[in-house]
Amino acid sequence: MYDILIAAILTIITAATPLVYAAIGEMITEKSGVLNLGVEGMILVGAVCGFAAVHFTGSATLAILAGLGAGAGLALVFAVLVLGFQASQVATGLALTIFGIGVSALLGQDLVGIAYAGLPKISIPLLSSIPLIGPLLFNHDVMVYGSFMLVFAVAWLIKNSRAGLILRAVGDSHDAAHAIGYPVIRIRYLAILFGGGMAGLAGAYLSLAYSPLWVENMSAGRGWIALALVVFATWRPWRVFIGAYLFGGLTILQLHAQALGVGVPSQVMSMLPYIATIVVLVLISRDINKIKLNSPACIGKPFHPTS
Amino acid sequence: MLLSLVKRPEQSKAMVYVSPIIALGLTLISGILLFQIMGVHPAQALYAFFVDPITTKYGWAELGVKATPLILIGVALSVGFRAGVWNIGAEGQLTLGAICGGGIALWLYQVDSVFVLPLMIICGVLGGMAWAAIPAFLKTRFNANEILTSLMLTYVATLLLSLLIHGAWRDPDGFNFPVSRIFSDSATLPIIWQGTRLHLGWILTIAAAIAVWVLMSKTIIGFQIKVIGQAPKAGRHAGFSVNRTIWFSLMLGGGMAGMAGLFEVAGPIGQLLPSISPGYGFTAIIVAFVGRLHPVGVFFAGLVMALSYLGGESAQITMNLPLAVTGVFQGLLLFFLLACDVLITYRLQFKFPVTSTRGSKHV
Amino acid sequence: MKKIVIALVIVLPVVLVGYFLLFKPEIPEAPDAVETNVGFVYVGPVGDHGWTYRHDVGRQAIEKELGVKTTFVESVPEGADAERVIRKLATSGHDIIFTTSFGYMNPTAKVAKQFPDVKFEHATGYIRADNLSTYSARFYEGRAVLGTIAGHLSKSGVVGYIASFPIPEVVRGINAFILAMRKVNPDAVVKVVWVNSWYDPGKEGDAAKALIDQGADIITQHTDSPAPLQVAEQRGVYGFGQASDMSAFAPNAQLTAIIDNWNPYYVSHVKAVMEGTWESTDTWDGIKSGMVDFAPYGDAVSADVRAAADAVKQSIIDGSFHPFQGPINNQAGEQVVAEGETLDDGVLLKMDWYVEGVQGELN
Repeated sequence: MYDILIAAILTIITAATPLVYAAIGEMITEKSGVLNLGVEGMILVGAVCGFAAVHFTGSATLAILAGLGAGAGLALVFAVLVLGFQASQVATGLALTIFGIGVSALLGQDLVGIAYAGLPKISIPLLSSIPLIGPLLFNHDVMVYGSFMLVFAVAWLIKNSRAGLILRAVGDSHDAAHAIGYPVIRIRYLAILFGGGMAGLAGAYLSLAYSPLWVENMSAGRGWIALALVVFATWRPWRVFIGAYLFGGLTILQLHAQALGVGVPSQVMSMLPYIATIVVLVLISRDINKIKLNSPACIGKPFHPTS
Repeated sequence: MLLSLVKRPEQSKAMVYVSPIIALGLTLISGILLFQIMGVHPAQALYAFFVDPITTKYGWAELGVKATPLILIGVALSVGFRAGVWNIGAEGQLTLGAICGGGIALWLYQVDSVFVLPLMIICGVLGGMAWAAIPAFLKTRFNANEILTSLMLTYVATLLLSLLIHGAWRDPDGFNFPVSRIFSDSATLPIIWQGTRLHLGWILTIAAAIAVWVLMSKTIIGFQIKVIGQAPKAGRHAGFSVNRTIWFSLMLGGGMAGMAGLFEVAGPIGQLLPSISPGYGFTAIIVAFVGRLHPVGVFFAGLVMALSYLGGESAQITMNLPLAVTGVFQGLLLFFLLACDVLITYRLQFKFPVTSTRGSKHV
Repeated sequence: MKKIVIALVIVLPVVLVGYFLLFKPEIPEAPDAVETNVGFVYVGPVGDHGWTYRHDVGRQAIEKELGVKTTFVESVPEGADAERVIRKLATSGHDIIFTTSFGYMNPTAKVAKQFPDVKFEHATGYIRADNLSTYSARFYEGRAVLGTIAGHLSKSGVVGYIASFPIPEVVRGINAFILAMRKVNPDAVVKVVWVNSWYDPGKEGDAAKALIDQGADIITQHTDSPAPLQVAEQRGVYGFGQASDMSAFAPNAQLTAIIDNWNPYYVSHVKAVMEGTWESTDTWDGIKSGMVDFAPYGDAVSADVRAAADAVKQSIIDGSFHPFQGPINNQAGEQVVAEGETLDDGVLLKMDWYVEGVQGELN
């Protein structure tokens, strides 16, 4: 039982990690007041570029960077359209998904059927031999550690740094932020690029570690889940983290329950993570003031300095 | 040289019509580049995309068939988007419409009556509304964000359909395959153009678009929605209820998405299948915005979007282009259409000096 | 600024018209009437490395061996779109059209009725006509071979089965697998996890992990991606490839793989069209014809296990053994097929119950 538990939690960690990356990135984008619905497309482009990089260069580091760069690159297209040309954020994001699915399929044509062993696990000496905690926390690939650090760093920066303060200011009222003299557009560019880069990392994690291969559409809707998690988390990094683990956990749990032979139709079991997410959101949303405090008020609204 | 946007004193009337043409021109030019890079003859490829699908009567009818759900949902969603209600779960509401309306068809499969179809449409609409009522209730009562609830419910709806089609609603004569019975003739939408698949749903879609147009431009509800969407505080001062607007938007969106779902199963599909929509509920969101949230615009945007899908099929068949190219090309088309709308409220200015207005004068 | 826009509006069409005049859009010539043209409709992308990929390998075999032109349309949703795509192939000069997913059954039948001169072949369905054949493979025969190997190599006697959707095809595979496995190890059980997808590498892999965590030391799957095998490789357990040889993904873990081998079927039927000898047929072939093929055994399969597996193969080929020959018990342990009897194809086609040894309930 002990072994099963540890193994199940390890599975949950791998299932949650891509969600953590994508959702944290999207959270920063949204904090700046921009809603980018193109996460799925950016994940896929990150996945294919990451896999291509590792296939052609053999370097995992380059692969991760390639995923990051590819996601950010696609996000730049989005940023130019919504910031430079004031295009509708919602529609441009959705179009970005269509575009990203197409681009990734095009780039990945010759990568189907190619194998990669997966990112190596890095055991942290001493710490990894602690019972229970060791295997759970200190025996992962570099991207899992990275996701832990990302949440720490983002949570700290948003709360304590000047950059976090400016980011929130821009997202809450771009007119006020502009009046104070913050470069609203430039900050939003950076936030969108960060979001894209993180989505690209989520993709790279999918194709390098989660299931190290490339097939078309391999993200299978995880970008949408990441989007939902940001809302679920009410734009707070630790809640994004918890949400990703809750969602991943329920997904894995229902697989385990099926394997145990629970007599519930599998479709009903598969509904669980979605329904649970709604229920938890309802529970935490009841206090309207708490939500208001964190949700970027300007989300989705266009901004132009002369207006 | 620097390109920058300068706000026009008032919206340009001409640009309302000219900007899509510019977008189309830019799409064609980038298409030529894209296809040249792909190593296919650009003129042939563009012909396959934009002309070949509608060279026949059947092709024109298919354009209508494909555009029906996109326009119907797009028109309804645009009302909600104007009110600032982010219903992105139309796909789930569509699925529920198909389940409820289609359920009637299966239940009354032996009944030959003119009342079957209207009953199906009503139940389809009610099904979609019921599914949209969940986010509406959770939003108004518990303040739960509708982006999340409506999106998550889409997955639940798909699984619900799967559960029914793999179980109770299987065709008893279908070797336990996951399909329902084929709907009887009285449960199928009549064809309005013989020799094609264009069905009654097309007429009803146009009627719905007109109805929404009247609603938004001529009625007090439409006015309320616009005010609440643009300035919630002012709306509240004027005594408009935000909650009522939320309910109205979601009911309208859900109802029409449900109707679109029912039209799919009672029209071109003719039975219930585990997958009934290739993402119409999501694509319709793009259609709504490309159509500038206006029923007439949505109508044309729906047709353009539908044409790009048909064009993708045609490009695969006549040019052997992979589907991925269609996605890229569609993306480009949408990017240009969305970006060029900026010309309505802004004009481009070419500037030669060094200083830019953006972000240079700050701390 | 206005001038620039006006200039753009004028220049764009001129450039485009000029372009089209320079590079005359030779309208893609309709496929040659004399030559044989072959069309394929795929449910997934050719890059799925599973079901669609194998059909595409078959298509390429046709091109290579017969030198005819083939066309394919990928990722065609099983809904309203299928009929249009099939019809488009029929009207654009294709002589034979293969529709390669169950959901295309009714659209294929409809189009076949409208185009009596075109030959249609639908995979895995049951509606036939004078110009509409059906074909499918007895993958359960392959599953029986896999089950035999698993019976010899599983130490825990627990096999994890990653399944897509509860349709007869998948249920039949599960049953054939465990029946064969229990012939070797009477106490063996199979645990089934449904992932409700044909195609989600992450989730398939997670299901494999869950099954291994619960004691399965062999993994087998009825989903498309190599992800479960990769997990087996990492965890040091065994598994079987699906649809293709997946040993590249799991050089140590893959014991063998069932290979969907459509090549001989496709080549022979297209050849029949070319020679004018094509007839409507109902094909359900297995190991004997080579439609169900195997990858080479992995190193972990010892000589005597290979011999046992080969013996099962041979006995299926010569007809001395049928994977569903009695005695067969249902899950409750009651005998449903007596010694000496065999389930006929009619029962197998609509199989929706588990045999003894399968854990879990089938809804």
